[in-house]
Amino acid sequence: MVLDVRGLTMDFGGLRAVDHVDLQVNEGEIVALIGPNGAGKTTFFNCVTGMYVPTAGTVTIARPGTDARQITRMRPHLITAQGLARTFQNIRLFSEMTVLENVMIGRDCRLSAGILGAIVRNRKTVAEEKQVVLDSYAMLEMVGIGRWANETAKNLPYGAQRRLEIARALATEPFLLLLDEPAAGMNPQETRDLVALIRRLRTDHHLSIFLIEHDMSLVMTLSERIYVMDYGKLIAVGDPGEVRRDPSVIKAYLGEDVSA
Amino acid sequence: MNYFLGLFVSGLTRGSIYALLALGYTMVYGIIELINFAHGEIYMIGAFTALILASVLSIAGLDAISILVIASLVAMIYSAAYGFTMEKIAYKPVRNSQRLSALISAIGMSLFLQNYVRLAQTSNFLPFPTLIPRFGFLQQLTFQVTSAQFVIFVTTTVVMILLTLLIKFTRIGKSMRAASQDKTMAMLLGVNVNRVIALTFIIGSATAALGGVLISSFTGQINFYIGFMAGIKAFVAAVLGGIGSIPGAVLGSFVLGWTESFGAGYISSDYEDVFAFAILVLILIFKPSGLLGRPENKKV
Repeated sequence: MVLDVRGLTMDFGGLRAVDHVDLQVNEGEIVALIGPNGAGKTTFFNCVTGMYVPTAGTVTIARPGTDARQITRMRPHLITAQGLARTFQNIRLFSEMTVLENVMIGRDCRLSAGILGAIVRNRKTVAEEKQVVLDSYAMLEMVGIGRWANETAKNLPYGAQRRLEIARALATEPFLLLLDEPAAGMNPQETRDLVALIRRLRTDHHLSIFLIEHDMSLVMTLSERIYVMDYGKLIAVGDPGEVRRDPSVIKAYLGEDVSA
Repeated sequence: MNYFLGLFVSGLTRGSIYALLALGYTMVYGIIELINFAHGEIYMIGAFTALILASVLSIAGLDAISILVIASLVAMIYSAAYGFTMEKIAYKPVRNSQRLSALISAIGMSLFLQNYVRLAQTSNFLPFPTLIPRFGFLQQLTFQVTSAQFVIFVTTTVVMILLTLLIKFTRIGKSMRAASQDKTMAMLLGVNVNRVIALTFIIGSATAALGGVLISSFTGQINFYIGFMAGIKAFVAAVLGGIGSIPGAVLGSFVLGWTESFGAGYISSDYEDVFAFAILVLILIFKPSGLLGRPENKKV
């Protein structure tokens, strides 16, 4: 198991946005979290990645082959260093920096040279920085945007910006990738390419993938297991077929009187 | 013509000093959107540290150049420590509250440091030794350039170039740019944003201290209040150039320096500060984001 969330609860004042959620992601699995708008999916992501400190519950992660580690109250940059990366539903690139620089920022946490090394620039640091540039080019090639490496990020077409976000997340060397609505705003062709990319990342990089998505066709074709949330609570778990037939899911999405 | 050149040089000197200070303002603003009102006080503390060191070292019998170098370096390190501490105790705890809280905290820090130096040192003006030696080659020019003016200009240029290189090409610089665009995202990509912010304060404070030492050696006297007016002027320069933009801060500083010196030279020196603030008002009316500032587009 690479991600194990137990009893996660998040209150905002009197509002319980996430209510005792238990959720697991196994090694190499593609898992989706779905639910109507305002169900608490993004809040759940934010708790897992350390952006919010949850009111209650624990989050444990384990890089395959290593011991499990609790990350519940860790600061976000340290969680990233543990091997968990995420993207956002709206594009959050460093839009004034080049495509390559965006990816290089992600490599930063994997470097051993400290500030002192960066100032005195000994041989080891220089070699390391060269390696970062090479690695970053490789990441860009992998997601298919290598030819834009020296472009300013904001000038990229939409689909390429989305891919850059994924490349940047991969640069942090995660074993678990959290994608918040990766297909938002994409056309059907871009969505199909994205599905292929996500599958390829899983096999080539031994990644486990956990995503939030509204595009049902993407969720149903891509995920192996689906969790459904509504009003902060989990209402169903299962493979795509089971979830599609689950009456509580249909009720949550379509309202009460669907059979009538 | 010589009169004009003299004013030009004096504007350049003022501009250089404003630039050393304005860089700190603009870097801090760029990264945490805080106007650090205590920045001028860091400059003043730099000057005082250098004065104390210069007195001790001249008793020890060192020559002026080594005193200048040692005093500047120690003043920079000491002020950087002040800047670092200031961020930790006065700004970090209020970083996620409203902007106004941080601003008030900055004003409080400024008053605290002024009064602390007044009590710990003195409220009188203290003479500051002339640490910058005379250069022979400057005497041959037809218009007057003092050695201090020359050193100030050269130092500022070097510092500006180094900072630009640092921000454009190093890892630290990349992290700074990333954090200034989106702190949360930078954090989620593994950048230690707290460290980046601390480093920004350290660099800004060290350059301010350098400015403090150089200008004091030029004017020849200091007191606890010198940081206030210098801070306000540098702030004006940073806003003039577009706060958050480093080339903007430099450009704004020179525009301000020349406005003051030409205004004082051709119209009246009594109105020097009036010119400084009048140009600020004019720029803000016609280009609210400053000369090189990007127009602010708020996320919806």
